[in-house]
Amino acid sequence: MSTRLSEGGRLIDRSRKIAFRFDGKRLTGHPGDTLASALMANGQRIVGRSFKYHRPRGVVASGAEEPNALVNLGEGGRHEPNQRATTTELFEGLAATSQNRWPSLDFDIGEVNALIPRFLPAGFYYKTFIHPRPFWKHVFEPFIRHSAGLGRAPDPRTTDPDRYEHFYVHTDLVIAGGGIAGLQAALEAGRAGAKVLLCEQTAHWGGRAPVDGVEIDGAPAEAWIAAALAELEGMENVHLRLRTMVAGVYDHGYVIAYERVADHVAAPDAPRHRLWRIRAAQVVSATGAFERPLSFPGNDKPGVMLASAMRDYLVNWGVSPGDRTVVVTNNDDAYRTAIAIRKAGLDVPCIVDARDTADGPLPQEARALGIPVKTGMAIANVKGLRGVVAVQLCRQAGEGAVIEDVICEAVAMSGGWSPVVHLWSHCGGKLAWDAGGAFFRPDHEKPPTSHDGEGFVVCAGAADGALHASEVLGNAGAATGRALARLGLSAPGRVATASAPDEAALSPVWMMPQGAGPKKRAKMWLDFQNDVKVSDVQLAAREGYESVEHTKRYTTLGMATDQGKLSNINGLAVLADALGAPIPQVGTTTFRPPFTPISMGAIAGEARGAVFQPIRRTPIQDWHERNGAAWEPVGHWRRPYCFPRDGETKRDAVNREILATRTSVGLLDASTLGKILVKGADAGRFMDMLYTNMMSTLKPGRCRYGLMCSENGFLMDDGVVARLDDETFLVHTTTGGADRIHAHMEDWLQCEWWDWKVYTANVTEQWAQVAVVGPNARKVLEKLGGDIDLSKEALPFMAWAEGRIGGFDARVFRISFSGELSFEVAVPASQGRAFWDALLDAGAEFGITPYGTEALHVMRAEKGFIMIGDETDGTVIPQDLGLDWAISKKKDDYLGKRAQERAHMTDPARWKLVGLETLDGSVLPDGAYAIAEGVNDNAQRNTQGRVTSTYWSPTLEKGIAMGLVLNGPDRMGEVLEFNTTRKAARGEDAPTVKARIVSPVFYDAQGEKQDV
Amino acid sequence: MSDLARSALPGAEAGGIVSVREMGLQGMVTLRADLSVAAKALKKVTGAAMPEVRGMTEGEGTRVAWMSPDELLILCDHSAAGEMARGLTEALKGQHHLAVDVSDARAMFSLTGEAGALRDVLAKVTPADLAALAPGEMRRTRLQQVAAALWFESGTEARVVCFRSVAQYVFDLLALSAKDGGAVGYH
Repeated sequence: MSTRLSEGGRLIDRSRKIAFRFDGKRLTGHPGDTLASALMANGQRIVGRSFKYHRPRGVVASGAEEPNALVNLGEGGRHEPNQRATTTELFEGLAATSQNRWPSLDFDIGEVNALIPRFLPAGFYYKTFIHPRPFWKHVFEPFIRHSAGLGRAPDPRTTDPDRYEHFYVHTDLVIAGGGIAGLQAALEAGRAGAKVLLCEQTAHWGGRAPVDGVEIDGAPAEAWIAAALAELEGMENVHLRLRTMVAGVYDHGYVIAYERVADHVAAPDAPRHRLWRIRAAQVVSATGAFERPLSFPGNDKPGVMLASAMRDYLVNWGVSPGDRTVVVTNNDDAYRTAIAIRKAGLDVPCIVDARDTADGPLPQEARALGIPVKTGMAIANVKGLRGVVAVQLCRQAGEGAVIEDVICEAVAMSGGWSPVVHLWSHCGGKLAWDAGGAFFRPDHEKPPTSHDGEGFVVCAGAADGALHASEVLGNAGAATGRALARLGLSAPGRVATASAPDEAALSPVWMMPQGAGPKKRAKMWLDFQNDVKVSDVQLAAREGYESVEHTKRYTTLGMATDQGKLSNINGLAVLADALGAPIPQVGTTTFRPPFTPISMGAIAGEARGAVFQPIRRTPIQDWHERNGAAWEPVGHWRRPYCFPRDGETKRDAVNREILATRTSVGLLDASTLGKILVKGADAGRFMDMLYTNMMSTLKPGRCRYGLMCSENGFLMDDGVVARLDDETFLVHTTTGGADRIHAHMEDWLQCEWWDWKVYTANVTEQWAQVAVVGPNARKVLEKLGGDIDLSKEALPFMAWAEGRIGGFDARVFRISFSGELSFEVAVPASQGRAFWDALLDAGAEFGITPYGTEALHVMRAEKGFIMIGDETDGTVIPQDLGLDWAISKKKDDYLGKRAQERAHMTDPARWKLVGLETLDGSVLPDGAYAIAEGVNDNAQRNTQGRVTSTYWSPTLEKGIAMGLVLNGPDRMGEVLEFNTTRKAARGEDAPTVKARIVSPVFYDAQGEKQDV
Repeated sequence: MSDLARSALPGAEAGGIVSVREMGLQGMVTLRADLSVAAKALKKVTGAAMPEVRGMTEGEGTRVAWMSPDELLILCDHSAAGEMARGLTEALKGQHHLAVDVSDARAMFSLTGEAGALRDVLAKVTPADLAALAPGEMRRTRLQQVAAALWFESGTEARVVCFRSVAQYVFDLLALSAKDGGAVGYH
């Protein structure tokens, strides 16, 4: 049983207690505890269950690399699965539950899997659940889903109550890691005058140097760390951030850091997480190293921990792993753990060292403390079901014949250390195999490179393979010097010197004992979270998986939430051995950001709720909101679809709005319509290229409808052009087309016709535009007064005038998209709302009726006007729509002209626009196809046309539609059959709807109503 | 009809670690021209000199900001913008140019507060390098999902200009970023 010692714990405040809950149990800890240290202090040995076999698991590490101690953290809206207990700071009221267990952590039904692991080897799912096919979906998958999986997903009915944000920073240098290497780098860069951001993922500076008893410049590391911090805090050019993890390094020095601003607070008023989006000229990765587990049988049992982690719990949090701890190692560093345990007054029955000799200063010190050191030995087995009760020792060189049993409650293991090279590798930095240390280290010749081909990441200290304290600061100093040199700075001042007892070389041990048979190998865990064992990787190799990337996916080695931080090197060493290839030739899998998982909230930042996405608002939007508009998204705008009154359906409202407009007067907020100014000596020439018809001949004061095509000839936008003066055109685009068409214009002007004298300006938002539509439109406007003569003679159809309507500054366009007498009036946006209100007042006696986009659509369809996006879909050319009249024959060229002359575009079999009227008066389904005889190569019914727009016309009291039909205009009066979504009765063909081909102009074909 | 003219969010205000306020109606004129030959006309109409790249200059009740190699933004009284655009058109007669009143296409906000907090709040929403932005220099940038321009009026006041249709989004964004508890302590 682990417990809290009576003294010690440099990070905890023993004077205060914090209450928290784990699986409903009320427990206490101290400020400074992590959830993991607090659980261990409370004797909670089992903290979770493994993914596949549901094996009981305890804490194995003390930091970001922890694979086992994952919990469901928080409740309700703050519930989060898969949180690492080792990196979760304890706070008052913290509530956590264990994962992957049923019905309880101590007794788990799924543990039965563990009794039959030979049924679940690598690739088991792929091999077993193939046949019969339907079983996968209905039997196997539900079963596997129930037994596998880690944390519980948040309840979809809850909403995260916290807020999140981004933060943009530009800096010379980002330093990842606030251990002594990172601090040394910051000191050097700060003194050199560089702008520095130093990020440390934990809540404490100094890393593990204080735990390991390192001395710097002759004094304990703590003193130097405190002095370094004091100096750094005094530098204006240096920023220090705790609880901030550098999560990813991307091209061109883009760096993401994840700040857990308020994870250690119960209900914060601060943003919970902050995502730092950093532009850094250079990155210093001082990320340290991870200790590797040893692969011996039963190495996953609760109580078996990394030696360094056990030291951390002892020194940092005053937590004892148990009264008797056996240390098993292949290096000298682990002796520090034995010494620390002994000095804490606990027992170390023996140190099991796989090496044949251990005579360095640390082993000598251990022996002097009376700890037996057993060299050339190994662990053959770990006894105990829910935790360690004893280990059985054997010779490392042998097959595992047990020599003796050693009673103990805990095992500290150390298989050596691997530099944390993630940040070096994210952007393509290459690694070199260090045979002496048995690890991959950054290859200085192949750094990740920036735009100029120069490296932009350096690794400092242990992250660069300088594992011994005496090397760390010198290495960090040199690395920082390289980074500073790339910034054109030089490092002044001296680098501190750290010292610690010398260490003898380790001996690589990838399997313990080295000659273990299949039974033992099936109990040696490589990946604790995903239950991948030595036997699984060897099986993959036997089955032909030679690539480490393939083996990873086949066995799921390193694919859990810890991304193989502990299992990576051990796994590939086992694979290399099985393949008979050297380790560097097998290589590593790819390191990808983020370093550890970051929250979705941090990624989304502030973008939720009201600011999830910008919604563009017209100057009249407030009125629409207050008058119950039903909305339709159009680009980023929300336009009123219709204005339902009490008890009205949307359809009722649309019908009422149309009839009111056609019989008296309606009002449309057309402010969203794109408005682009085109001015210059070459404006006419430019307009003739943009539009298919002739625009240069348009007279000032007049309007003309035009079509715009892409280079490939396809219709991309339409609208009315007004000529303001000789040099100036005002282009109206569709609502969704404004930005796109403006960009299209600038593209041609900047890239192709750069010498034409044309300037454009997008003035869409300068104007509020209101369409006053219907037989009484003129009366309403005349009532407002002003200085513009609105008579038919003075302002005929397709003319425009500028002046005043009432007291409003206005441009009035006599254009109609409804077939009625219509004035589109533009006033400056600031006057838009007042103008709208004035129109409502003036029109009250005529029953003036605001209408929405659906009424607009129906009225234009009644007139046979096309709509971009309905009749066009990017494959339609103007000729398909019978718009030949809007295509100039006189012009030499316009954008799309040559494309429209290609054989496919002039093919007489292209489907052409017609009107469609159902025989029974019903509304055709949108997008329905006109069926033809026979079937195609895919056994689908042949088609001869499709519906592009279809509505109920309240004016004509029947369904009307437009569609594209093979030889349509030549087939007037012919009846077609259209498919529907109705189901076929048994044994019968699917029902169809019959519709007759008619002219697309259903209403006022002569255009008399708009020309009054 | 200026008495009926309304800015995008009249009177909108929010407090927190900095204060955010919509500034009401603001005159703005876009001028596109060959800037190498437009200085005289600019001086005549606005009283301001031609700004350097990303710079701003002061005139008589006006301010001129550099927008792009062939575009300027002139800030003036809302009621004077129309006349300003016509004046520029007149002064640049015979020279290729475009001058247009865009006052109502925009919204403007003022952010005031302690210098560090001010930059911290802005750094939550703009990728621009604020430390490199001297007072009197205008930066065209983005405020998260929309286009905007910003400059420091002084050490303790920043101005933000955005399109009118997204004024509510920008106000909400700034107000959220300025909320109490959100201090970063970086700048």
